[in-house]
Amino acid sequence: MAVAAAAQTGFDFSSASRNAYLAERGVKLPNATSTGTTIVGCLFQDGIVLGADTRATAGPIVADKNCEKIHYVTESIRCCGAGTAADTEFVTALISSNMELHALSTGRKPRVVTAMTMLKQHLFRYQGHVGAALVLGGVDSTGAHLFTIHPHGSTDKLPYVTMGSGSLAAMAVFESKWQPNLSRQAAIDLVAEAIAAGIFNDLGSGSNIDVCVIAPEKTDMLRNYIMPNERVQKEKTYGFRRGTTAWTAEKIRSLIINEEVTQVGNEAMDTS
Amino acid sequence: MNTVDVQQLKSGEVNLGTSIMAVQFEGGVVVGADSRTTTGSYIANRVTDKLTYVHDRIYCCRSGSAADTQAVADIVHYYLQTFTQFIGRPPTVHIAAETFQQLCYENKDALSAGIIVAGWDKENGPSVYNIPLGGGLFRQPWAIGGSGSTYVYGYCDATYRDGWGRDETIEFVKNTLALAMSRDGSSGGVIRMAVITEDGVERLFVPGNELPKFWEGHEVLPTVASVGPPPPVVPMVVE
Repeated sequence: MAVAAAAQTGFDFSSASRNAYLAERGVKLPNATSTGTTIVGCLFQDGIVLGADTRATAGPIVADKNCEKIHYVTESIRCCGAGTAADTEFVTALISSNMELHALSTGRKPRVVTAMTMLKQHLFRYQGHVGAALVLGGVDSTGAHLFTIHPHGSTDKLPYVTMGSGSLAAMAVFESKWQPNLSRQAAIDLVAEAIAAGIFNDLGSGSNIDVCVIAPEKTDMLRNYIMPNERVQKEKTYGFRRGTTAWTAEKIRSLIINEEVTQVGNEAMDTS
Repeated sequence: MNTVDVQQLKSGEVNLGTSIMAVQFEGGVVVGADSRTTTGSYIANRVTDKLTYVHDRIYCCRSGSAADTQAVADIVHYYLQTFTQFIGRPPTVHIAAETFQQLCYENKDALSAGIIVAGWDKENGPSVYNIPLGGGLFRQPWAIGGSGSTYVYGYCDATYRDGWGRDETIEFVKNTLALAMSRDGSSGGVIRMAVITEDGVERLFVPGNELPKFWEGHEVLPTVASVGPPPPVVPMVVE
């Protein structure tokens, strides 16, 4: 009996296993937009540089060619999201909201560890069903911090990190070129190169490079820092020349409809 | 059945396929671990710190799911802080270990966590507790855990002696972990250790290129010299 009572506490994940069973029996489940992604972050001499590509996919379809994956948490804490787009969007918005309330109630600048703890406890509670893989970075009174947070709620603290389907390509760049105390511009260049490696070598990543530089004084969101996949002017136009198709008759009609309006009240409606 | 299949539920989870260890000696304990964290065949972190602070003189070694063991360690850390405030003295290692055990046993269906708790307290001096997967609690003079431990039980049984000092114990932990890491693919990287005594906690670090070396085999196939020069390389035909 004690076991039955214990099983009633907490969340009920039975519908998750039911859905898995139904999927196994051939029932089509709706598919979520996933950000098959390259997201990265690295430490430099006075802060953090975050980077992301801008492709969102739904299966084999590119759902959005220029989406934003670097989310606002606080002014000096930002979060890159990979995994289920809806989950990364909402989980960062929720924690951003709670961080603002926390800052208001404590009267202090919020810390990166606070956001990290809120995120990991939220994700752990949902046992991986909130599919958010995050790179969290920021600067606070204790210095610059960079974390990865996996969907099940585990965290790592490292000087350079990558996540998403393009993480292997991006990590190869960091592993060969990152060093301590990089200058601001060197760190931006390295992050851009890591994202470019993801864009060009991973099918799930593509389009543009977003960069975000977080330093103690200010945060710079460099949206579309590099656009390596811009559509160029076509060499030829493939429209048919005027008069290609022969015609036998011509008739011109006026498509403008004239309508008479009758004023019923004696005053015009108050629209102020 | 309305039970949830944990193994299926947690596919793609971050794992600490690990080699962890704790050994007590006269006056303290030495805890040690490798540094590898994996997601499938990818190393998510090659410099992980699996030795986790839960109180001033009590550490735990984590193995199993990274998310589960971090969550459990965070709860115990919080509980021991509250304990100290209420009771007005630091908790014993036994109290810390019992707290871990309670969480691991009562949630055994939802957790995959193998934890070793070790430290020093005024009542019992140094002590080591092992909490394997099902949530048991065993006090041992030495404990090993994680996927790499299976390779080195024999080595530990053959090598361990009572009454060692600090330096001998450190060597034992270092050698055992190096052997486990060399045979277990899920373990590797660097060795992290901590010596916990009444006076404090001393952290030790062995880089991956300075691990103790053991017999590593030799070439059995005939060498190039005995066979003669290799055949000339023919370039691949390309259009």
